[in-house]
Amino acid sequence: MENDVLLRVEDVWLQRPGAEVLRGVNLTVRQGEVHALLGLNGSGKTSLALTLMGANGYKPEPGRILFDGQDITDASVTERARLGLTLAWQEPARFEGLPVADYLALGMKKPERGRIEEALKAVALSPLSYLGRAVNDALSGGERKRIELAAVYAMQPRLAILDEPDSGVDVLCIGDIMALIRRMADEGTSVLLITHRDEMTEASDTASLMCGGAIVQTGTPAETRDYFAQRCRPHGDLLGSQPWGTEAGGTYQRVVTEGVCE
Amino acid sequence: MSSQPSSHAEPSISSVLQQRDPAWAREFEAILKAYEQAGGKSDALRTPRVASAVISGNQVLAVNLIEGVNIEAEELESGVRARITVAPGTKVDYPVHLCFGMIPTEGLQEIISEFEIGEGAEVGFLAHCTFPNAENLKHVMDAHVHVGPDATMRYSEGHYHGPAGGIEVLPTTHAQVDEGGRLESEFSLVHGRVGSLEIQFEADVADRGVVELVAKAYGSAEDRIKVNEVVRLNGEGARGLTKTRVAVRDQATSEIYTTAEGNAPGAVGHMDCTEIVRGSAVARNVPVVVVRDDRARVTHEAAIGSVSRKELETLMARGLEEEEAVDIIIRGMIG
Repeated sequence: MENDVLLRVEDVWLQRPGAEVLRGVNLTVRQGEVHALLGLNGSGKTSLALTLMGANGYKPEPGRILFDGQDITDASVTERARLGLTLAWQEPARFEGLPVADYLALGMKKPERGRIEEALKAVALSPLSYLGRAVNDALSGGERKRIELAAVYAMQPRLAILDEPDSGVDVLCIGDIMALIRRMADEGTSVLLITHRDEMTEASDTASLMCGGAIVQTGTPAETRDYFAQRCRPHGDLLGSQPWGTEAGGTYQRVVTEGVCE
Repeated sequence: MSSQPSSHAEPSISSVLQQRDPAWAREFEAILKAYEQAGGKSDALRTPRVASAVISGNQVLAVNLIEGVNIEAEELESGVRARITVAPGTKVDYPVHLCFGMIPTEGLQEIISEFEIGEGAEVGFLAHCTFPNAENLKHVMDAHVHVGPDATMRYSEGHYHGPAGGIEVLPTTHAQVDEGGRLESEFSLVHGRVGSLEIQFEADVADRGVVELVAKAYGSAEDRIKVNEVVRLNGEGARGLTKTRVAVRDQATSEIYTTAEGNAPGAVGHMDCTEIVRGSAVARNVPVVVVRDDRARVTHEAAIGSVSRKELETLMARGLEEEEAVDIIIRGMIG
């Protein structure tokens, strides 16, 4: 079904200083779908997220990004957000003096206290304790992470890119986050779920695997998990280093480009 | 404990903001309106439970006293001399409200003040300085503060200067904090134009004493901001913090000079300065660390530059335009 495509990424390449981090990415996210994007560290997941959001310095060349059929390759971050695309950063920013309540309200078309409180509860944070606190250093990384997810949920975007929502939060919270992702989908938000934990794909409908700056596999979560477990995990030690750095001694490039893992 | 009568108020402790002269009613209402523009709540000035003083130009329009808090105010040719004392052991439930300002477009206001906080007392002050029509105004404050042993004084001063920027503000404070005393002082000038601001603050801190100085300002156009703070941690275990948050845009300038001296065993000082620069503005920070005892420790951190790209893009990803996002980030920092 072509008409249910919300995001289409066509042959996206991205050059960053000293590295070609995306190498011909093709990806499709459908309306209402939770699409997991798996991959080891350094495979290009976060670079793809920033490219999709239009962050400074992440303009693809060549390549095209279509959102609901509209070419947004040259659109600003604000324009993309107003079309309904947003991103929960892997490491959320700190905002000195900005209360949590205001931070959540920023992205809402009609800010309502009830929705803000509901969003905090959805990430297992007490509204009473957090609404008046600032999104600053006084919060732990895990708390800021949950608040970032709550802000995205409160915004009710059409597509939420969640960059490793499971990292930096305690294990007990992982279930809450997976439940939140399903809840977002149930309420009409498509989700691109970036993770390097294959168990997180349980919350998804579709899963793709990224390696060396390209999508190498797309299928059901089970198929992609199997592929990941059998072909990627054994190379985790190699992939843990910067793939294009000299410390990898070129081995990583062999894994990726010469298909050693095949 | 008993209060001394103010020189400009009825001696009754329960008096509600006695206006000295009904003919000044118009001036009083104007300054209250300006007070609200500066962020103050004028209702507090009418509440008998709240000690307060309202000063416009060189006129003491009203004073309200409560038990344990005395305010003596004397009119000078171009300002007011005020002595504020809090009796030893007094715990003041509501902050003392102070309203300073001038309604005319030009002139000079000098406030010479003395704060005497008795041993073990606890008191807060909310001061609002408002100059809504300033075109060629000068506001000078010269304060001497003495925080007695184990006493606590919290002083928060907010300014509103109107849109013209024709004002020079020169607050100078000399503070002495005795053993176990605590002084928290916050200065904020983030609404309206700054004009020219030059803060001078010196504090001497005795054993176990604490001083925390916070200065926030937002300059634009040709505004000039200069902060010069010196904290001398002279007593054993004394602690001091200076925290400065300044944003400047257009052609505004900001110069922040902070000095922390660790002069005794266990003294701990820290200076924290963040300045955001936009357009052609210029910001400078010069922290000076002096340590005279090898068991003292003084540190500093400073960040000067543009708004973080990541913070900006986070807010833009919620649908805000870049300039809206910048404004929210700056307002959060200095608000």
